[in-house]
Amino acid sequence: MERVPILKIGDILLVSIQVDMSDQTAIQLQEDLAERIVATGCHGVIIDITALDIVDSFVGRMLSTIASISKVLDAETVVVGMRPAVAITLVELGLSLNGIRTALNVERGMELVAASRADDWDEAADDEGTETTATA
Amino acid sequence: MTTGVDLGVPATQAIRSDEDVVRVRQLVRATAVSVRLSLVDQTKLVTAASELARNTLIYGGGGSAEVSTVSDGRRRGVRIVFADEGPGIPDLDLALTDGYTTGGGLGLGLSGARRLVDDFDIRTVVGEGTRITVTKWSR
Repeated sequence: MERVPILKIGDILLVSIQVDMSDQTAIQLQEDLAERIVATGCHGVIIDITALDIVDSFVGRMLSTIASISKVLDAETVVVGMRPAVAITLVELGLSLNGIRTALNVERGMELVAASRADDWDEAADDEGTETTATA
Repeated sequence: MTTGVDLGVPATQAIRSDEDVVRVRQLVRATAVSVRLSLVDQTKLVTAASELARNTLIYGGGGSAEVSTVSDGRRRGVRIVFADEGPGIPDLDLALTDGYTTGGGLGLGLSGARRLVDDFDIRTVVGEGTRITVTKWSR
């Protein structure tokens, strides 16, 4: 079984899926990612699917599950690089990719992760009623 | 609804494992490219094939996919026959409903695959097996 590599870049884990995944490979990726999030304390996961020529219901469900697991482990998931034909097919298939944030490419995905972390800081500061400004 | 004539010898891929589902996708992709389906149509057909191959494996207990190129005189297309000798589907209408699943999936495999192809034909006999034929035509 092939395994999808997970790269750490700063506070982000980057997964670029380059192989036609079997279902087992997809499940393994889910588990590997959860472990890496905890081991590294990263707050963002970017899954690059530029090389995927299809996303079927199994892979779609895997993406949703990864997003949910990351959330529980205090990390934000962004799926980037979906091909137009894949997007059209997904919609027709009836898959809504619930709870998944998407961006057009890795760069925008990283911006999205950074922005959502900044929002979290703002909210946390507001909750405490302090006047801390979140400029990290 | 099987119209059109077969062109050439069909290729058959056994579906016995996860990796075989990947092989079915690759075979269907290569065949779709050979009859010049558009990129979107290739993607739809390969996605449908992936769903149906997985169903053959999980619900049918394994089987095969037979991939062939067909023509109706005007257009060319790709036809795939998924066959298993599994338990069959007792309530076909229910099985074709979005969101219905007995396997813990999303329940989009059968209903979604039907939307992604041009022709969809399913024959199932409880205790004997299921045979699904799909065709995607070039535009």
